[in-house]
Amino acid sequence: MSASTLIEPLPQQASQKKQPWLQKSVLPGFGLSLGFGTLYASLIVFIPLAALVVKSFEMPLDQLWDVITNRRALASYRLTFGASLIGATLNLFFGLIVAWVLVRYTFPGKRIVDAIVDLPFALPTAVAGIALTAIYAPNGLVGQYFALIDIKIAYTWIGVTIALTFIGLPFVVRTVQPVLADLEAEVEEAAASLGASRWQTFKRIIFPALLPSLLTGFALSFARAIGEYGSVVFISGNMPYRTEITPLLIMTKLEQFDYAGAAALGSVMLLFSFILLLLINLLQHWSHKRTGG
Amino acid sequence: MNAIKKIAILTGALLLSAGAVAKEVKLLNVSYDPTRELYREYNTAFNKYWQAKTGDTVKVEQSHGGSGAQSRAVIDGLQADVVTFALAGDIDPLFKFGKLIPEDWQTRLPQSSAPYTSTIVFLVRKGNPKKIKDWDDLIKKNVEVITPNPKTSGGARWNYLAAWGFAKKKLGSDQAAQEFVKSLFKNVPVLDSGARGSTTTFVQRGIGDVLLTWENEAFLAVNELGPDKVEIVVPSVSILAEASITVVDKYADAHGTRQVAEEYLKYLYTKEGQNIIAKNYYRPRDKEVLAAYGSKFPKIELFTIEEFGGWKKAQPEHFGDGGIFDKIYQ
Repeated sequence: MSASTLIEPLPQQASQKKQPWLQKSVLPGFGLSLGFGTLYASLIVFIPLAALVVKSFEMPLDQLWDVITNRRALASYRLTFGASLIGATLNLFFGLIVAWVLVRYTFPGKRIVDAIVDLPFALPTAVAGIALTAIYAPNGLVGQYFALIDIKIAYTWIGVTIALTFIGLPFVVRTVQPVLADLEAEVEEAAASLGASRWQTFKRIIFPALLPSLLTGFALSFARAIGEYGSVVFISGNMPYRTEITPLLIMTKLEQFDYAGAAALGSVMLLFSFILLLLINLLQHWSHKRTGG
Repeated sequence: MNAIKKIAILTGALLLSAGAVAKEVKLLNVSYDPTRELYREYNTAFNKYWQAKTGDTVKVEQSHGGSGAQSRAVIDGLQADVVTFALAGDIDPLFKFGKLIPEDWQTRLPQSSAPYTSTIVFLVRKGNPKKIKDWDDLIKKNVEVITPNPKTSGGARWNYLAAWGFAKKKLGSDQAAQEFVKSLFKNVPVLDSGARGSTTTFVQRGIGDVLLTWENEAFLAVNELGPDKVEIVVPSVSILAEASITVVDKYADAHGTRQVAEEYLKYLYTKEGQNIIAKNYYRPRDKEVLAAYGSKFPKIELFTIEEFGGWKKAQPEHFGDGGIFDKIYQ
């Protein structure tokens, strides 16, 4: 099955009309499990997020509106969400290729490459930021060649995008990998024997099966990028209106003890992220239905 | 038992009990980034002094980070017995937002509770290729200036105000000073969030022609990299950056450490404390100690934050939301 089962119920379950949510399950006691689950989610997620929203309403509404729609805030949303989208899209393509290579081929050092994919998860993001900056700065390993043709990477939006791509890569690889591994090679062989070209096989057979997990990977990678702070502040240059991400603006507000202002910007990000994730989930649901899971 | 014996036993018992009550006291000193080395040395010295005086040992824990962030951490519940920040503007919030200290905290210790000072100087590349001598040179067209963001860094606020003070002295009006600072920040390609970050950008990434920085950070950078890489340029006039300290009354009282905490800060003003301060490239207040370090701290014409009406006024006016610094970028 696809990794999207993380988010949606198994289709078999959904199709079983009888007592759809009171089946025997591994966890004892539906009530107990639900109660514990709700409590845990409340303490860890809902209450802090609610507190964030409540905090932002400490100021009068017109002032709140000014804070979240001021030109500098708008510029920062554009950069944060724009770079996150580009990063997630890049990861969608290249993550698929990485997963493909890891699943379909054997080569020396494969296990090492497989382990390296997870590094962006494990590394403190500040360390990643410093390393990326060192490489992409005008005097860095890679940056120096781009500097020759007058392209700046570090301290521009390109640098921000690279950082956000870096931290998001494992999400796509790790969601697509198991699905790819489950795809039977025989299906492709059958397609080939029936006269399908390689492209047709990919388009009709492989891609539909991968789509839900690709979307999940994309959503996770995107969501992760939006909240990223540590790696970006080092590489972005933090110039107002140009390379300032929203999380930095939030830090700036906190630095001035403007808790309400910081919470207001945080709530905007929360809202945007929620809407985007919801849209992606709907898309996923739709693709799931269309391809019959 | 005769009297002498009695006294002997009594003294013995007293000594024993004194030994038994000799305890280890814990203090938490919450400070900002560049003071790490200074307080490591100072804590050892103070422990020795305190042990000789009372028999107790003092174990001082240090916490470092951006000055503003540290201030917020203390307000949010980091149980600091004392704070030693980069500017009074970062201590005021402990009263304003946390009610952890009295409003007049600055009058509790000599020299407005700032036992050492520093100033803002320039760090340039070896040989000073852009011939940077003074603040005027920073607004020239082909000069790139590195400074952290005044919104997130205490050091950067001093940088900004130093430039402003120079311009006002030279050009006369606040309006002209604002124009000057605006053109200076036009030359800034990267705004790091803290002082150490800016040093890295300048030194490791090779970006910019001049770094505006604390005098003590400049000394450290020269020591670290060697005088064949960077050199210090002292401008004609700069700001007297006073690093403020105070006991955090509410927490110290709760821990029962007020007396030690107070002594810990007072000891900074003694000859020994001042010597350690000077050794770590901060300017000592004690004139004799300062003189002993002679040419290490060059004479600069220094103005103070009072030119700006103190931090209580300067902070919101220049660095608050919609303040002058924000206008520079609009």
